[in-house]
Amino acid sequence: MKIDRRKFLKAAGVSALASLGGKGAWEILDPGAVDAAEHGGHGHDKAKESGPKTRWAMLVDMRAMTEEKADKIREVCDFAHNIPHWDDPERELKWIWKEEYEHVFPSSYNEYISDDIKAMPFMLLCNHCDEPPCVRVCPVQATFRRPDGLVAQDYHRCIGCRFCMGACPYGSRSFNWFSAKVALEKEEGRKINKEFPVRTRGVVEKCNFCVERISLGKQPACVEACPDVMHFGNLADSESEIRKILRKRMSLRRKLELGTHPMVFYLV
Amino acid sequence: MYDSGKVIAGLVVFAALFLCPFLYNHGSMTAQPKPSLDTPAIKKLAAKRCVEDREFMVAHHMQFLNEWRDEALRNGNRWYRNKAGEKYLISLQNSCLKCHSNKKEFCDKCHVYAGVKPYCWDCHIDPNGSKL
Repeated sequence: MKIDRRKFLKAAGVSALASLGGKGAWEILDPGAVDAAEHGGHGHDKAKESGPKTRWAMLVDMRAMTEEKADKIREVCDFAHNIPHWDDPERELKWIWKEEYEHVFPSSYNEYISDDIKAMPFMLLCNHCDEPPCVRVCPVQATFRRPDGLVAQDYHRCIGCRFCMGACPYGSRSFNWFSAKVALEKEEGRKINKEFPVRTRGVVEKCNFCVERISLGKQPACVEACPDVMHFGNLADSESEIRKILRKRMSLRRKLELGTHPMVFYLV
Repeated sequence: MYDSGKVIAGLVVFAALFLCPFLYNHGSMTAQPKPSLDTPAIKKLAAKRCVEDREFMVAHHMQFLNEWRDEALRNGNRWYRNKAGEKYLISLQNSCLKCHSNKKEFCDKCHVYAGVKPYCWDCHIDPNGSKL
């Protein structure tokens, strides 16, 4: 059979279109239709309305924050989770830590903002994002998002590849370079929380919103230590205490433009 | 047979090398360990039973602990209901070791005997021990 150039190109074009399969072919004919059907319309706002009944979130009241309280919060958290201290700041382990305005909101940094705010000791912690980049990159699903919004870290599964540390835009994750048990024993006068484990060498750790406490109906350790500064609650309940505060007060969130939907709010 | 002297000598050397570990350990077999259940918390119990019955715990505690881990951590459920309908907090440090406060006697004895090294204690702490 003889085939001319025109017929060959037609056949090649049709078979290429067919081989793209269902979604690809639809994309060419009706762009966006498949994605819209899969995700039920415009992503985030819609998902919130029909979403789960619990969405944990943290508020940090920067008007009530002081240096002493910030140090106390750090101390309480370090004890509750047996976080060791060692001298090397590059290998520091931190679940909640102090940082200044300039480094907290680098993308929306306003150099003319009041000196009060510039001097505030912002407490940073894992934002337990709605769209957590760390979860997307973890090759072994050691970090995952729970239905109530907590981004949990499973130390049994973590292989220490540190992809999540690269992915997290908030620097909320720390790697265990050394054995925490050895480090804790070396620290003089160090009190150990015998109800909570430590981490082994070679895993990544981060704030867990005190899941071990909230699952027993308690508040996170930092909230218990400074209830006037830290507020924890259910964002999905429109009548919850934190939603009432958020309706009244001006709040900031870190790096909103990245679309990770962070769940830590700074009241200023 | 050619070279029978060398072959037989070689066989004798091989047999001696092969059998020496067996001969070395012969007669020194240690008795099967009996993990101690004798702790203050267990003595106080009216019915001496773990979260499930003894036979099940002896045979399946490893799988059972893995299930507890997944239930608490991955599924977010910290409560276990046993076959009798009783509720227990899912926690190695705060449930298991509260009764079995003698980790050395209860956990380590068998694990050392069987030569297994569970990685539980890389992270978890013995709440009753002085060392981490």
